[in-house]
Amino acid sequence: MSAGRLLALADKEMRHLLRDPRSLGVALLLPVVLLVLYGYAINFDLKQIPLAVYDPDRSRESRDLVESLTRGEHFRLAAVLAGPGEAEAALQRRQVKVALILPEKFAADLAAGRATSVQTLVSGADSLTASISLSYLEAMLQDWWVRRGPAASGGSLEFRRVSPQVRIWYNEDLASVNFIIPGLVVVILMMLAALLTSQTVVREREQGTIEGLVVSPVTGSEVVLGKLLPYVGVALADVALVAAAGALLFHVPMRGDALLLLALTLVYLCAALGAGMLISVHTGSQQVAFMLAFVGTLLPTILLTGFVFPVSSMPKALQMMVQLHPATHFMVIVRAVALKGVGLGVLWPRALALAALAAALLGASIKGFKKTL
Amino acid sequence: MTAPAIEVSGLTKRFGDFTAVESVSFEVAAGEVFGLLGPNGAGKSTIIRMLCGILLPSGGEGRVGGHSVSREPEAVRARIGYMSQRFSLYLDLTAEENLEFYGGIYGVAPERLRARMEWAVEMTGLRGQLMRLAGELPAGWRQRLALCCALLHEPEVVFLDEPTAGVDPISRRRFWDVIYDLATAGVTSLVTTHYMDEAERCDRLALIYDGRLIALDRPQEMKAAPRAEVVVEVECDDPGRALAALGEAPDVRHARLHGARLHAHVARSEQAPARVREALAGAGVRCSRASIVEPTMEDVFVSLVREAEEQR
Repeated sequence: MSAGRLLALADKEMRHLLRDPRSLGVALLLPVVLLVLYGYAINFDLKQIPLAVYDPDRSRESRDLVESLTRGEHFRLAAVLAGPGEAEAALQRRQVKVALILPEKFAADLAAGRATSVQTLVSGADSLTASISLSYLEAMLQDWWVRRGPAASGGSLEFRRVSPQVRIWYNEDLASVNFIIPGLVVVILMMLAALLTSQTVVREREQGTIEGLVVSPVTGSEVVLGKLLPYVGVALADVALVAAAGALLFHVPMRGDALLLLALTLVYLCAALGAGMLISVHTGSQQVAFMLAFVGTLLPTILLTGFVFPVSSMPKALQMMVQLHPATHFMVIVRAVALKGVGLGVLWPRALALAALAAALLGASIKGFKKTL
Repeated sequence: MTAPAIEVSGLTKRFGDFTAVESVSFEVAAGEVFGLLGPNGAGKSTIIRMLCGILLPSGGEGRVGGHSVSREPEAVRARIGYMSQRFSLYLDLTAEENLEFYGGIYGVAPERLRARMEWAVEMTGLRGQLMRLAGELPAGWRQRLALCCALLHEPEVVFLDEPTAGVDPISRRRFWDVIYDLATAGVTSLVTTHYMDEAERCDRLALIYDGRLIALDRPQEMKAAPRAEVVVEVECDDPGRALAALGEAPDVRHARLHGARLHAHVARSEQAPARVREALAGAGVRCSRASIVEPTMEDVFVSLVREAEEQR
């Protein structure tokens, strides 16, 4: 491998990029736009959930309970019901998502230290909203109960739920934005990096300039690595922009070693750029390469790498397969470093897997770049 | 006697059932301008592409500068320049950037590259145009720029695949001046073309038809070689009708328009012009002249192709 030839290729590729400011602009801004767009859209935190209340007791305690529920940003009092039967109608009309039905002797039972129960009706039409609403409500009722103080507590507060098919499938310990944004960055970088390099070799094939490369003394590794270099630069600029957006707009914390994360990001980018390069080396038209890079990275990265659905809940065979996807490892790395402050001591197997995948993808691209057509 | 710059023996290329090049053999001496003439799809480009190492031969062997194209492709690549029929220029880069890139991937040292670029500018007449994008250059200049890119590293052998397709006559002439200059300096050129006038400029010419080599000689000798038929040139008042009439005449093997005149290939005989006159008179065409002429390159080409077809 000759450094001079490699640099000549990198320099030429850089000039292509700079000569086309519109594409470069899209490459730089698209990730931030996507992050902001989806960062706000994909949000599992609910606010202003409409709540209906039936309070036959009309005591100080019952009013205090309702007041404490609706004081915060999560629930708003959307209907005051005249009878328990109206709850179902309000849910069906979608006027409210949650209905709270207090017993008649709420205050009296509490005062007497007897067990009392609050009935909660949740619309299960949207299972995600239902489960999140319910968990909020549970937490807030408990909070209210605790705040009344041990002195006041003689009885216990329990509540029955009527909520069909509710599954809790999200970890509520974390604000969802902290979980979503780093994952979204992983997805966006995968797609963008693959798209960037997916065009580079196939464009030369389409325009015929590849013949000039083939008859020259350049080797496959010089072509692949030389073309890779400028895109690493572009992708790193994207990382900087996306990281700034994540910190400034979404206040995602950075609890771990930023330099470690940057180093591993570089490895991840090489893997993703390598995936695009592999596509580019093996396709015959820019359009096919674009579609392959787009569809081939976006859906698997969203669905299979633990972005939303945890890998651990997948069938065993699928779990093994997704280990071959660089994003599976980087998803764990980003969340662990940014949110938990975990270091290489724990993450080294993931880092190693990522490096191996990057090497394999780039190696396959080099092998795939044939010097004969 | 130095070793031949290019040796081709039994070179064959098959794409599935289709044989694009069938057992072609020839040798090209150092400093020679060697032409491959043939219609589109005859296999000229396939031969060049095998000799440049772009395509792997299915059989036979090609050697360039003494190195086998299939076994030592890297040794061959360092010694050759290649200019393809499709532009190998990057149209979104400037002329200068294209030159610098090709200099870079051939490992031309920076000082040497400066000197070579100066030479390239001189040759192409691109002075003052170096900062223009290759895509904005007129076809003739682009062609010369592509040639420069192929010559920056001072190759021993240059392969030029239809280098002048779509280029204006003045640019074509300048182009050939460069090829002759190279030959004087000892550089071997292998040129494909389907322009007859260009074919005649070559030192030696190989006629390629249907993947096979059907003739190989100096252009002058090819034209002077005795053949079974003579060419009768006809001047008449209605070339269209005359062409139809000659097409049906039994002694006339082939007739076609040659500018305002007609060229009829007739079996070799003193009476050939008379036969042609008879045929035309029979069709009511008035003919002012019909005489045997020395065949043009195109006549030779047509005769040889027909002979080849008849042999199959």
